[in-house]
Amino acid sequence: MLSIIVFSALAIIAVASGIAVFRVDSMARATYALAVSFVAVGVMLVMFDLDYIGVITILMMVMEMAIMAIYMIMFMGMNPALMPMSMVHNNRWSAILATGIFLLLAAGALLVPWPARSGTAAPDLTVAVGEALMGSKMLVMLTVSPILFATIVAALVLANPRGRYDRWGDNLKRVCPDDPQQGGLGK
Amino acid sequence: MTGAVMNPAWALLAPVVLGVLALAGAALNGVFVARAEGRPALSGAARPVLEVMRLMRQRRRVTVAADRLLWRIGGMALLVIALLKTAVIPLGPWILADISVGIVWFNAMDVMVWAGMWLIGWGANSAHALAGGYRFLAQAVSYELPLMFALVTPAVAAHSLRVSEVVDAQQDLWFVVWMPVAFLVFCGSVLAFSAWGPFATAAGADIAGGILTEVSGVDRLLIMAGRYALLATGAAFAVALFLGGGSGPLLPDWLWTIVKTLVLLAGFIAVSRRLSAIRPDRLAEVAWIVVLPLALLQTLVVSIIVAVRG
Repeated sequence: MLSIIVFSALAIIAVASGIAVFRVDSMARATYALAVSFVAVGVMLVMFDLDYIGVITILMMVMEMAIMAIYMIMFMGMNPALMPMSMVHNNRWSAILATGIFLLLAAGALLVPWPARSGTAAPDLTVAVGEALMGSKMLVMLTVSPILFATIVAALVLANPRGRYDRWGDNLKRVCPDDPQQGGLGK
Repeated sequence: MTGAVMNPAWALLAPVVLGVLALAGAALNGVFVARAEGRPALSGAARPVLEVMRLMRQRRRVTVAADRLLWRIGGMALLVIALLKTAVIPLGPWILADISVGIVWFNAMDVMVWAGMWLIGWGANSAHALAGGYRFLAQAVSYELPLMFALVTPAVAAHSLRVSEVVDAQQDLWFVVWMPVAFLVFCGSVLAFSAWGPFATAAGADIAGGILTEVSGVDRLLIMAGRYALLATGAAFAVALFLGGGSGPLLPDWLWTIVKTLVLLAGFIAVSRRLSAIRPDRLAEVAWIVVLPLALLQTLVVSIIVAVRG
């Protein structure tokens, strides 16, 4: 009974602060309203006995929102978001899109004939999912991860506006790097 | 010591213990300040109590168009976060919530400090305060990753994220002996997330007090108390993770925990006064190019030792 009450309260907090994101008039408030929503979801995950995922959700989301607030304020609007501003735009199309997608998903959830369980549940579901996902496909995973990593490194190298030749000179022999802003190591 | 079921009523004692530790830290800092200014040391020790009384009676300073809601939330956040941290910190044989992911819980709470510090800076609608908030976040992205790996290392050695099991794993040898880098990184991070000593530039005098520029009265009291409480919880958690928790001869476990915590807390406060301020923009490069690889190397060494010993 108590857990139902707590869960419902958290659900209401999550939805209400989600709505608040669009109703408040300040970037900082919108960002931290979203953080509150995520924290409520994180606590709900903990209530499902998903301790690690729940606490990590709280950790990641608060961190993300703290950083996001800076970017939102930096880039949003003509008045770098330090003044009150509306959090919504393009209202009509947003409403149409949101309603349409909601109806589509809800219809899918209600109308699709969900299959009944065949067989019995494994004693440890986490292990079973891990086996099913990784067991026979380990080779694929092993190949994919270095490729993904190489892609990330390559993308960073391509996107980097100032490489090591800019910093250390054509022969890479400069004593201290030429940086627009000094770091702690450059003398 | 695992699995000791506790009456939840003990949770009421945790704030008292935390308050005493924080007050002890503030008193010690007062002594150092008094000595540096050539006043009698005892007057410095009484300073925190007088400061509490002064701030309790002080009227709030009001600024134009302040974001009062976020400002108040930020103001109380530090103390609340420190209290939430105490849930997973063992005091001798007792621990309020010995959850399976205690170390992750501590980490999640110290990320909450990011939000708290920035909101203090944001709420006042003051340029200096906001600059202080930004400084803290710039510092946070530098210390957080080394801190995470410093937290991971004892967990790897103990095969568990449960704090009581990490303490139990140190029966033979304290973790500080074979993971000194992780210990030092953790101690530095405690100073950093408490915005203390060399990492106090968010509240630096060069920007008129930074996040503290406009806070006054009870708000200021909560923030100052929160910083000392964060220092104290950081010291107590370091005792659990690296210094063998309550283990020690003669004295009971809980007393050893408090003694070790007080010694470490005193160390934090004494050492901080000897170090110069570290600029957050300079810290980033050092933290990511020197400290982070060192912390990773420490984790690697510990992992290999654990794997070899089986």
